[in-house]
Amino acid sequence: MRFKSTGVLPGFGLSMGFTLTYLSLIVLLPLAALILKTTTLTWPQFVDEVTSPRVMASYRLTFGASLIAAVINSIFGAVVAWILVRYDFYGKRVVDALVDLPFALPTAVAGITLTAIYAPNGSIGKLFKPLGISIAYTPLGVTLALIFIGLPFVVRTLQPVLESLDPEIEKAALSLGASRWYTVTRVVLPSLIPAWITGFSLSFARAVGEYGSVVFISGNMPMKTEITPLLIITKLEQYDYAGATAIGVVMLFISFTLLLAINWVQDKAGQHRVIH
Amino acid sequence: MSIEVRKLNKTFNGFKAVQDISLKLESGSLVALLGPSGSGKSTLLRMIAGLEIPDSGEILLTGREATFVSAKERNVGFVFQHYALFKHMTVYENIAFGLRVRNQSEAEIREKVHNLLSLIQLSGFEKRYPSQLSGGQRQRVAVARALAPSPEVLLLDEPFGALDAKVREELRDWILKLHEESKVTTLFVTHDQNEALEVASRILIMNHGKIEQDGTPIEIFDHPATHFIAQFVGETNYIDTEVTEKGLAVWGPFRFPINPSFTKGQKVRIYFRPHDVYVTEQFETLQVKAKIKKTRFKGTVIEYLLDIGEGKSIFAQVPKGVALASGFKDGLDVYAAITAFHVFPL
Repeated sequence: MRFKSTGVLPGFGLSMGFTLTYLSLIVLLPLAALILKTTTLTWPQFVDEVTSPRVMASYRLTFGASLIAAVINSIFGAVVAWILVRYDFYGKRVVDALVDLPFALPTAVAGITLTAIYAPNGSIGKLFKPLGISIAYTPLGVTLALIFIGLPFVVRTLQPVLESLDPEIEKAALSLGASRWYTVTRVVLPSLIPAWITGFSLSFARAVGEYGSVVFISGNMPMKTEITPLLIITKLEQYDYAGATAIGVVMLFISFTLLLAINWVQDKAGQHRVIH
Repeated sequence: MSIEVRKLNKTFNGFKAVQDISLKLESGSLVALLGPSGSGKSTLLRMIAGLEIPDSGEILLTGREATFVSAKERNVGFVFQHYALFKHMTVYENIAFGLRVRNQSEAEIREKVHNLLSLIQLSGFEKRYPSQLSGGQRQRVAVARALAPSPEVLLLDEPFGALDAKVREELRDWILKLHEESKVTTLFVTHDQNEALEVASRILIMNHGKIEQDGTPIEIFDHPATHFIAQFVGETNYIDTEVTEKGLAVWGPFRFPINPSFTKGQKVRIYFRPHDVYVTEQFETLQVKAKIKKTRFKGTVIEYLLDIGEGKSIFAQVPKGVALASGFKDGLDVYAAITAFHVFPL
C-alpha cells in the first residue's frame, strides 16, 4: 500500500477509518457471514459439495463463458469506444446512449429478449438453424448473454483514456518513420493497456456473477448449460443453505484470486503513470 | 537539405489556412515562421512535414518533388508543441523509436541514444518516464527523439510555447547552439517575436495564411513591410492623420516629412516606436513640448505616457539610466521628438 501525502482533503486517519468501516459493513460483513455459514459443513462434506461433477461443470461454463465474453468485449468494446471518441457521425449521441442500455435494462428482460430472438424459432435463431447451429439453450447462448451485459464496462473504461490520448502522438510516430501498423501496435495500444485490463476485469467479474439474463437463454440443463449462480439458487430453493454458501465461497475465492492477478498485471502495465 | 514550397494552399472547412505560399529555405539555415495564432504557420509547417496534405501546390525537398510523399519517407524531424512523447515508454525508448523503426542494430541504437542524451544534457535519465520529467526536459527529449534518425530538416512547432520564461530562454540558447553544431536546416514556428528575432537568421511573418514579409530580424524590425507587421513586431505608437501638403503630414505639434508620392489630403497611419521618441528635460532642437502623465517601469527601460496637448498623448521609452539621471517623474514638463517612423496609406 502506498500512502500519498495528504492533499486538499484533510484527515487521512478519519477518512481511512471511515473507508475501512464502510467496506467492512458493505463488503466484508456479508462475506464473513457467507464463510461462517459454510463452516457448518465438515471438510469432506465441503469438498464433496464443491467438487461434485455437476458443480465442476458449472464452474467450467461460468468461468469459461465469462472469459470468452470478456475477451470478445475487450476487442469489440475497444472498437466501439474508438469510433465514439475519434469520429463524428450522425446519431453518435444515440449510439453513445445505447452502450449504457445493458446497465439499465433489468437483466431478466435482457434474458427473455435474447432468448426470444436466438431461440430456434426466433428471428435470428431461425437463420442459424439450417446451419445446424443453435444459440439459445447452449453455452453459445450463455456467452452471448454475458457479452451483452459486459459490453458497457469496456467501452466506458476505454472512452476517457482514448479521449485523453493525444492524436499528435500518432503523428509523432508517423513523422519518425513508423508505419500505421507499427504505430497502432507499439504506440496506441500499449498506452491503452491499463484501462483495457480494467474494462476486461470489470466485464469478466460482472459476467461471473450474472444470473438474471443467463437463466433464460441457457435452458439450465445440468452438466451442460447450468451456470454456478443458478446452482446456488437451486440449492437455496432446496433449503441447502450450507451447500449454497460452500459453492459461493469457492466462486468468491476464484474471482478474488483472478481479480487480484489482473490488478497485479495492471500495476505492471501502468508503471509509467505512477508519478505525475 | 533545402526546402522549397510553391503556391501551397490548404483550406479547412472553408477557412483558408494557407493561401498561395511560396518560399525557399537554403540548406543549413535557421528560419522562424512568426505570426499570430490562426495565421496558418503551423499548417504550413505540418504540410512540409507531411502531416497535412495540401489542397494544391508543390513541396520540394532537396529539389525533389515531395508533395505527396508520406511523412515516414521524408526524413524530416518534427517537434510538437506539447511534446507528444510516448508516455508508456522510457526516455531511452522514446529517443530510440525512430531508430527501431529503421531496424538499426541494438549496439547502434545504444550508441546513438547515449550521444543524444548527453547532447540534451539528460544522461542518466534514460530509465525515466516522460511523466517524471519537467516541461523543459520533456521538450529536450522530444528534440532528441526527432534528431535520432538524423533528419535533414528539423521542424519545430511552437517548441517552447508551453514553458515558463526562464526555461524558454535556456532552450532558445540551446537550440541556437544545437543548430551551430549540427547545421540541420531548421524551421520553427512561434508567436513570440522575441524568440524569432533572437534565434532566427531569417524570419517569415505570416498573417491570414499569407507571408507578409520575409527578411532578416533587423529588416523586419526596422522596415516593416505592412501595417500588420508594424503593429505586430515590437511595441509601437500609431496615429491616423492626413497628408497636409506634398511631402508633409502634421499631427498635433508633430511634423512628419513623408514621401512625396503621397497625395495631399490622403489618409495615412504613422507608426513610431516608443524608444524612437527622444525625450529631454531641456529643449534641444526640433522638439515639442510635452508633459509626463504616467510612468511605467519596464525593467531596462522606463515608459512614459506623454501629454502633447490638444488631448493627444504618445508613449515614449527611455533607458533606465538616462531616465533616472534626468529625474523624469509624473507632471514634469519635457521636450520630445520622434526620430524614426513609418507611414502607410490607410
